Amino acid sequence: MRKLPPKETNQGGHGGVAGEEPILSAEGVSLRFGGVKALTDVSFNVRKGEVFSIIGPNGAGKTSMVNCVSGRYRPTEGRILFDGQDITKLGPNRRAGLGIGRTFQNLALFGHMSVLDNIMVGRHHLLKAGFLRGMVYWWGGAQREELAHRAEVEEIIDFLEIQHVRKAQAGTLPYGLRKRVELARAVALKPKLILLDEPMAGMNLEEKEDMARFILDLNQEWGMTVLMIEHDMGVVMDISHRVMVLDFGRKIAEGLPEEVMAHPQVRRAYLGVDDEAVNPAEIDA
Amino acid sequence: MDLALLLQLTLNGLIVGALYGVVAMSFVLIYKASQVVNFAQGEFLLVGAWVCWWFLTEWQLPFYAGFLFTLVFMTLFGLVLQVVVLRPLIGEPVISVIMATIGLGIFFQALMKWIFGVFAKPFPPIFETERVSLLGLEVQTVYLVSLGISLLIMAAFGWFFTASKHGLAMRATAFDQQVAQSLGVSVPKVFAMSWAISAVVSSVAGVVVGVVNGVSSALSFYGIKVFPAVILGGLDSIIGAVLGGVIVGLLENWAHYIDSEWLNWGNMFQIAPFYALVIILLIKPYGLFGTKNIERV
Repeated sequence: MRKLPPKETNQGGHGGVAGEEPILSAEGVSLRFGGVKALTDVSFNVRKGEVFSIIGPNGAGKTSMVNCVSGRYRPTEGRILFDGQDITKLGPNRRAGLGIGRTFQNLALFGHMSVLDNIMVGRHHLLKAGFLRGMVYWWGGAQREELAHRAEVEEIIDFLEIQHVRKAQAGTLPYGLRKRVELARAVALKPKLILLDEPMAGMNLEEKEDMARFILDLNQEWGMTVLMIEHDMGVVMDISHRVMVLDFGRKIAEGLPEEVMAHPQVRRAYLGVDDEAVNPAEIDA
Repeated sequence: MDLALLLQLTLNGLIVGALYGVVAMSFVLIYKASQVVNFAQGEFLLVGAWVCWWFLTEWQLPFYAGFLFTLVFMTLFGLVLQVVVLRPLIGEPVISVIMATIGLGIFFQALMKWIFGVFAKPFPPIFETERVSLLGLEVQTVYLVSLGISLLIMAAFGWFFTASKHGLAMRATAFDQQVAQSLGVSVPKVFAMSWAISAVVSSVAGVVVGVVNGVSSALSFYGIKVFPAVILGGLDSIIGAVLGGVIVGLLENWAHYIDSEWLNWGNMFQIAPFYALVIILLIKPYGLFGTKNIERV
């Protein structure tokens, strides 16, 4: 895979704002399951080349929002645009084909398959040789194609530092490694936008630091736009360009990390109104 | 003890078992990919054999052409069946889907009787020599060829699932449909493909049995025989299906041997596999190679 030089506008860390052009826009997205309102009129833009985080208390609708983007749920109201195209009605596999990759909150590896096969599934839509050409493997380019793919897959494996387990059965790996394999599988799709649903949940400090480094590299060197849900505030503040806060299915704030953290409603949503940790003076400021 | 008979029956068992294995494999393929228990599997054999018979006798095509056309027809047959009948049932309760496949089985059974009549009809002779002797044992040429074809199909399955794009997509879909979709796999396509492949592979077995015994609705009995084979091997294991098929074939023929040597009960060999099925389910409820559903609390 070609490595993009870090963009001028895309330095990572605090306040570095990527290009203004949105790659993903949600316009007035609402999602209802019967009487339960999971999302109410949520609109936001993710700009090309940025790390955009969605935060919020449990049950705020973060994963529902990501599922609306990936196509697992279809919004009850509103539209979702990707790269200028309305994708609201497209199925998840079509969206993956357009360049939206994702990982899952609860690990969803193909446990009985090897790490390599897991990642190769991610190449599915990029493999052009169909069934017939595959049958005459040595003729018609199927072999050449597979070699090219393997080279790219190896690059992803090197990048995520999972060389030593590439032949292992995915289900037998320890948790932190499985998370990395899942990321590798999503990256293998060559997505323009990658959706990470709690990439660091359940990790120890060291694993979190590694994962944060991978996400930054994906963003800066591989040129992927990242839409991330994460609970670890330290990580969110460190690596996000912009942050959106959801609470009870509604957007309550959006902006630069420090702006959002200073937002009174956000503090209330996170810490409760009467919590001692909230310094009233700070809210007023 | 009639050793020659025992050897002969063992060989027959292996050959018929390989055929069972092939049918069982295509049954497992559908189950794995789309979680449908296909009670119409035997009718795939029946339809395939009748269609091939029709090409050969009515159209007077040479065997290879007729066989090839049959494969093409069965591909379309499987695709259409999935798209028209089973796709609308996605997400419906398992019992509805099972009922639909039972209905399909009855329908095609009756349709074939209506079109081709109720009597067994023989294939025109296909091989110059009917029988060959192998290490002093008499073997029908078509059985020998069928063993070759069975092994070829098994090897092709092995290759398909480990090395091809669609096989990988199929395994991914079997594991978790939603994740597979998020990686760009079209699940409806995978379902349709699994039915097409299953129909084609079953029809090969149907043609082989038809050439040996003549084509009649008795062919669909293979669809029932597949159950002990599949359950023996574990419902979701392709290798298990093959081994289960071979075991059932051997059991049948050994039961036949015991019966003809000592018991003289008559048709015991036909039900022997089902006794084995009951016993195995008592000992290993998930089959020899099936996935154990472990619930973690």
